[in-house]
Amino acid sequence: MDAYEFINFHLVPGLLLGSIYAIGAIGVTLVFGILRFAHLAHGDLITLGAFLALGAVTLGGLDPWLALPVAMALAAAVAVGIDASCYAYLRERPRILTVMASLGVALMVRSVVQMGWGTDPTTYTTGILRPDEYFGFILLRDRELATFAAVIVLVAALEAFLRLTRWGRAMRAMSDNPDLARLCGVDNRQVVRLTWIIVGMLCAAAGFLLGINTEVWAMMGWWVLLPVFAAAILGGVGRIDGAVLGGLVIGLAEELSVLVLPAQYKSATAFVILLLVLLFRPRGILKGKVL
Amino acid sequence: MDAFGLANYALFILVLVGIYGLMALGLNVQWGLGGLFNAGIAGFFAIGAYASAILTSPALPGRVGGFELPVAAGWVGAMALAALLAWPIGRVCLRLRSDYLAIATIGVAEIIRLAVRSEDWLTGGVRGISGIPRPFGELPYFASQLAYLALVAAAVLLAYVLVERQLRSPWGRMMRAIRDNEAAAAAMGKHVESRRLEAFVLGSALMGLAGALFVHFNRSITPEAIDPMIVTFLVWIMLILGGSGNNRGALLGALVIWLIWSLSELLTDRLPTEIAIQAKYARMFLIGLALQLVLRFRPEGILPEERRTHGRDQDDS
Repeated sequence: MDAYEFINFHLVPGLLLGSIYAIGAIGVTLVFGILRFAHLAHGDLITLGAFLALGAVTLGGLDPWLALPVAMALAAAVAVGIDASCYAYLRERPRILTVMASLGVALMVRSVVQMGWGTDPTTYTTGILRPDEYFGFILLRDRELATFAAVIVLVAALEAFLRLTRWGRAMRAMSDNPDLARLCGVDNRQVVRLTWIIVGMLCAAAGFLLGINTEVWAMMGWWVLLPVFAAAILGGVGRIDGAVLGGLVIGLAEELSVLVLPAQYKSATAFVILLLVLLFRPRGILKGKVL
Repeated sequence: MDAFGLANYALFILVLVGIYGLMALGLNVQWGLGGLFNAGIAGFFAIGAYASAILTSPALPGRVGGFELPVAAGWVGAMALAALLAWPIGRVCLRLRSDYLAIATIGVAEIIRLAVRSEDWLTGGVRGISGIPRPFGELPYFASQLAYLALVAAAVLLAYVLVERQLRSPWGRMMRAIRDNEAAAAAMGKHVESRRLEAFVLGSALMGLAGALFVHFNRSITPEAIDPMIVTFLVWIMLILGGSGNNRGALLGALVIWLIWSLSELLTDRLPTEIAIQAKYARMFLIGLALQLVLRFRPEGILPEERRTHGRDQDDS
């Protein structure tokens, strides 16, 4: 295999997939870090986000990239609604019950998608897009470039929000120590709501980016749940930079695994990495939390 | 449906109640007793089903297996293999909070699904395995169904007695102590991780046995026969509704939920085709909703866990 093939068929797709995983993993790591439970409905919220964007494209006649902010706003509202109706009352009970509730939410969200849109895969746009050549040897489609750009913008905006604004600092404080944060006057309920708004937006973004680069279908989110969790834990729970790093590693590992494994086991790679991390370094590469 | 058809249908439903009841008992050992979150029940079910199928089915060119072992050997093999799969997963995850086990077991179920679909030489791929022998299969249809129900009932009863004994034994008390206050139990010198591993492996073996019972009832198995999310979820709602920590609750939950689930299927099958597909997903939505409602309004289930307190003042009353 020459360098051209390696770069264009493994490295670039791996980074692309990895950057989408990164967006999903940031959402997981925020819930894990601030609300302290594994949110199993994350994958199906990603699916819902992708279909909300599809709805904006087919019903509203929007350009797919303009549908993205619409889907993000809608998904944020859905996430806040789910928290208020399904998780909020469990806040004082053992956290594992919230994990269970989130598995139920996953099933409910998925069946809503299946009732509304059916189970056949579809796409945002039709037609074949030819990749352009960059620097003489890297093949990239416009939508792939846009995906990388969108991921960079989202991560930068989120980092800026968490570091520079009052609410962002409140979120970080609650992630570090919820009791101390409350004592210092942080309104935990507001922080929780804000977290779900951000998580909903990130889910929609991840779903849309996955959908525009592959297909939109009812199980797309469930299939990325495992890689996204693996990425969040690999990077270190509660760390945004860790989630990005973990996402890129998992995406690359999946695309490179086809060199040594049969292609149908691509999605097993994330699982193996997850088990290895839990076995040898449960805090992750960047020393996150362990629940 | 005439009376005979109705009786046949009732037998069919009861066999599946027994199979799900076995899984609910297994989950009760893991969750009710140990507080361990297994989100990949379908994976252990599938492993048991395929293990028993491979051990007992006749040979077919191009596929490993066809050992034509007695069915009992298949059942033991199913339990052993499910336990063998649970052990390393438990070793890795049980040191950490149960959230990690939930994620890892979802992974296990997905990997098994992938393997079952793609390893033609072992599982027959998408065509699956057929010609699996069924105990009492040579009897006339009705008698055969009845005999199989008796067999399933015996297996459930045996599992119930064993699990009930475990639950009431010092081991069961220790498990509950660990579940309710891990730090205190550890401080008392209990080995938390090993006890949890035992509960996880035992529960998974029961799920594997349920898979074996299913596959011999069905006489064939394909990857489509097991929808991971639905199987896993039904067992969860059975246990939570019935009452986690209570074995009779687990069995009662299996009966109630499976009756509702299969009778609602009868209803939706009568709908016009366009709505029938939607109705299928509406049923899934409703079991998700049922879990939310039970968690909210009756978290202890229909039959709550018995909290026996041992002490002098209780003896007087």
